[in-house]
Amino acid sequence: MSDTEKRTVTRRGFLKAAGATAASTVVESAQAITRDLRDATSQTPVHGPGAVPITLYINGSPHTISVEPRTTLAEALRDNLAMTGTKVVCDRGSCSASTVWLDKIPTLSCMTLAIDVGSRKITTIEGIGTPEHLHPLQAAFVKHDALQCGFCTPGMVMSCVALLEQNPNPNLNDVKHAVSGNLCRCGTYPKIFAATLEVAQTQKSLAQPLSSTNGKGVIHG
Amino acid sequence: MDSEALEQAQTKAPDHSAQKAAQPKPAPAKAAAPAAKTEAKRTDSFLYGIPQLGTTHVDRQVPISEPPPLAANPDLKYVGKPTPRYDGALKVTGSGKYTADIHLPGMLYAHMAGATIPHGKILSIDTTAAEKLPGVKAVHVIQHVLGVAELRDPAKEIPSRYPIVRYYGQPIAAVAATSQQAANDAVALIKVKYDAFPFVVERHAARAVDAPLVYPGPADEAGTAGGGGGPADVPQVGNVHGPARKTVGSVEKGFAEADVVVEAEYFTQVQTHSALETHGVVADWKPEELTVYASTQGTASVRDEFASYFKLPKTKVRVITEYMGGGFGAKFGAGNEGVVAAELSRKAKAPVRLMLDRRQEHIVCNRPDSHQHLKIGAKHDGTLTAMQLTSYGTAGVGTGAGTAGPVTNMYKCPNLLTEEYDVFINAGPGAAFRAPGHPQGCFALEQSIDDVAEKLGMDPLEFRGKIDESPARKVERQLILEKTNWRNRHAAGTDPGPLKRGMGISQSVWYRFVNLNSSCEVRISKDGSVELMSAVQDIGGGIKTVLAQCVAEEFGIPPQSVVIRVGDTRYPIGPDSGGSITTGSISPAARNAAHQAKMQLLAAIAPSLGVSADQLVVADGRVSVASDPSRSWTLRQAAAKMPTDEISARATRVPDYTRDRITYGGVDYVEVAVDTETGRVHVEKVFGAHDCGRPMNPLGVISQINGGILQGISYALFEQRIMDAGKGYMMNANLENYKIIGAKEIPEIEVVLIENYIAQSSTDAAGIGESAGIIALAAAVANAFYNATGVRMRRIPMTPANVLDALGKSGKEMHA
Repeated sequence: MSDTEKRTVTRRGFLKAAGATAASTVVESAQAITRDLRDATSQTPVHGPGAVPITLYINGSPHTISVEPRTTLAEALRDNLAMTGTKVVCDRGSCSASTVWLDKIPTLSCMTLAIDVGSRKITTIEGIGTPEHLHPLQAAFVKHDALQCGFCTPGMVMSCVALLEQNPNPNLNDVKHAVSGNLCRCGTYPKIFAATLEVAQTQKSLAQPLSSTNGKGVIHG
Repeated sequence: MDSEALEQAQTKAPDHSAQKAAQPKPAPAKAAAPAAKTEAKRTDSFLYGIPQLGTTHVDRQVPISEPPPLAANPDLKYVGKPTPRYDGALKVTGSGKYTADIHLPGMLYAHMAGATIPHGKILSIDTTAAEKLPGVKAVHVIQHVLGVAELRDPAKEIPSRYPIVRYYGQPIAAVAATSQQAANDAVALIKVKYDAFPFVVERHAARAVDAPLVYPGPADEAGTAGGGGGPADVPQVGNVHGPARKTVGSVEKGFAEADVVVEAEYFTQVQTHSALETHGVVADWKPEELTVYASTQGTASVRDEFASYFKLPKTKVRVITEYMGGGFGAKFGAGNEGVVAAELSRKAKAPVRLMLDRRQEHIVCNRPDSHQHLKIGAKHDGTLTAMQLTSYGTAGVGTGAGTAGPVTNMYKCPNLLTEEYDVFINAGPGAAFRAPGHPQGCFALEQSIDDVAEKLGMDPLEFRGKIDESPARKVERQLILEKTNWRNRHAAGTDPGPLKRGMGISQSVWYRFVNLNSSCEVRISKDGSVELMSAVQDIGGGIKTVLAQCVAEEFGIPPQSVVIRVGDTRYPIGPDSGGSITTGSISPAARNAAHQAKMQLLAAIAPSLGVSADQLVVADGRVSVASDPSRSWTLRQAAAKMPTDEISARATRVPDYTRDRITYGGVDYVEVAVDTETGRVHVEKVFGAHDCGRPMNPLGVISQINGGILQGISYALFEQRIMDAGKGYMMNANLENYKIIGAKEIPEIEVVLIENYIAQSSTDAAGIGESAGIIALAAAVANAFYNATGVRMRRIPMTPANVLDALGKSGKEMHA
């Protein structure tokens, strides 16, 4: 996952103030502008400032909620849907704690308006595994103690699983790059690296794609 | 070791009285004294010492209720074994509910308004527009600000209807509404008129005789359970509070006897805690009880301050902290946000969640900065003759910037003088932050010790061997020699080329604190299931896992099969987690409660088995007749024979078996690369050797040491609060301009943990949070920087600008 891809969906400062119609003005890449305009014009009618109904496709299920246009995806998940696994730390795209996937692309949910998600498939930490059926990466996190307070952990898991989905054979630098946006204050990085590389090694020796062994089988896309 | 200074340090950190509005708690030792006096004792023989140096046994008088001494870690089944985090599966799946995740029926969202000037008097606060905003349910204007210094003479306060504003962002009012957005909108509608006063936000400027006065008279701030705070019985002139002075022998005499003297000034910056979960609470005010979900390091400290502030019996305040997203010393007591949330909840008759935003989090707490002047004298034979430290530091509108801990407690030196000053400025208050004062103090001490070694022509490790009496650090220095590249280091500054590499070491010291407010209840149900309850909170250190290991060891059952319930003041009281106090305080209570429950179980079922209780043994999850192993039952089968449905035992921490003063520490080795053209410093490798009594869960301890090392590197290289001198606010109160170490700056880290049996409690455990690397790393990096470049880096953070400045390559230097 490159930094550029993450940036294309990070644009809240403007969005909060202006709503969706002018969304394109500060978006950095042409690709994102196109997508935003498409989303804004063809899928998400301009409403507001009052609440509007939207349907989000989260971990394979549709959820219809009513949110103000300025509501971020992180807020919608946490406050409207009580899916609090996704954390908000900086609330402005500096720490990646709020990372979810949109169509399997790691995305900062604190920098994404809920109404802009449209039909894209959302995967949250709740869709990666459960305590009873951990994703192999999550099991490796526990085994290596790649967590302390645990507040950055969901975002770290989302970044690392995405890495393994895209690159089944990462090296240490690949792992560092994948979580280069994820801040951890407890200092769990060394064990995150070790856990992720161990899963990659195990997957390689098993010679089967990660998603087929995924605990809950809910990698969407 | 200076015993007087250590005594002070020991009484400082566990002191609960910290919370300004709270009643001071009785000193732990006093609280438990009567029980300790009356209980009969027996003599047990305990393992003692460090395996690398050879262990022995010592006799201790212990209360007869104590379980038998615990064997060495290699001979145990669960204690001392790397054990995955008890709640790991819940954390990696996002299932654990943190305070920020609590959502109660009808809950409102709150936001606080902060001052938009750094110093002044509030003339009026108009909340009319805020109150009218749809969704707003309650507005509260703050009458008293917590967490700051208080004037010794309240009559000296500037007359004002509202609290005087002394820092930008100081809480003024708060709003509760049906959504976070509505609350935030309403706060923006609160109109505050000020009479702005002159202000000062820089330490050196605040020391000037004509500097604006932050307080109109002497002011003091007490510490918290995490430490911090400053002395109250010191003079104050202008903004300069102090000195707190400690004297041993005569430094004049000591320097006169010295063959070499080194003298240097050191500067460290303000670091903010930046826990990922901000300070915050969910407060639910009901006539029958106030329930508070709090992101805290001390459920008891929160309960006590709420009870005191609102004049409620402690029995009517319940505090819950099941999951907690980091504190690092800054989260004790109710806090302004807690009090405000409770006020809003009382007014709105609904639960209120108030979490600080990231900007507010940067302002609510910090590690004070320092300007230290350190002078050390030594003889040719490597003995220290005198050490003199003068430190100035700012904890903003608070106190607690002293740095003398390491100088006072690390090395033996007959003559010592330390003078610590706090300097008030118009900035957010300092707070205890992982080993308060010690990273600053070590940054100075450990560089100067290297300077002395160089002048004496000694290897830095060898020199420390002469002046350091700690057996643990002796072993740790030996590990550095054996496991690192130390012996191959080059002379300082001799690495050719623009990219220069070097190695450095630093030592750290921390103290054994025990909080006797540490109780556990262990229950055995008739189906053989076992659970433990304590109000102690797990702040990420992993105490749940350690408690499970303690119970598991007694019954011989896997730790994961024990149910651990913590973080609720309805359970037996737990210690506040500050000063590396938690594991050493609560783990003996857990083991004792488990042991006593086990003995009760055996006594209860022995008659039905036709034996006496002392003929029964428990091992590997089975109860057996010692003389007839064929008669054996699973714990479940045995519990089924209980005459009642539940057996329960509660144990409270007894004082340490002796009154020995005990310190912990570590020695950290780093390799750095310095790009002398760009000024960039990269830490390439760290090797840390650390001790914490009996390591209970090496897996979790090493995680904490990794964290201390990385916070230390982050402190050494990146982090820095930047104040706008013209406007008086923190310019980088966010996580993109306040730079914290990230994945790409993580070096290779190797940690070795030594066992150090001290024969002080039924587990002999101790914490690691403070001595985990944060104390030593900045000094170790600086010593490695010197080895690489031949230039002393006496100022952190070692940003490219500061590095180029030190190397004489900054634009300023070139134009001079």
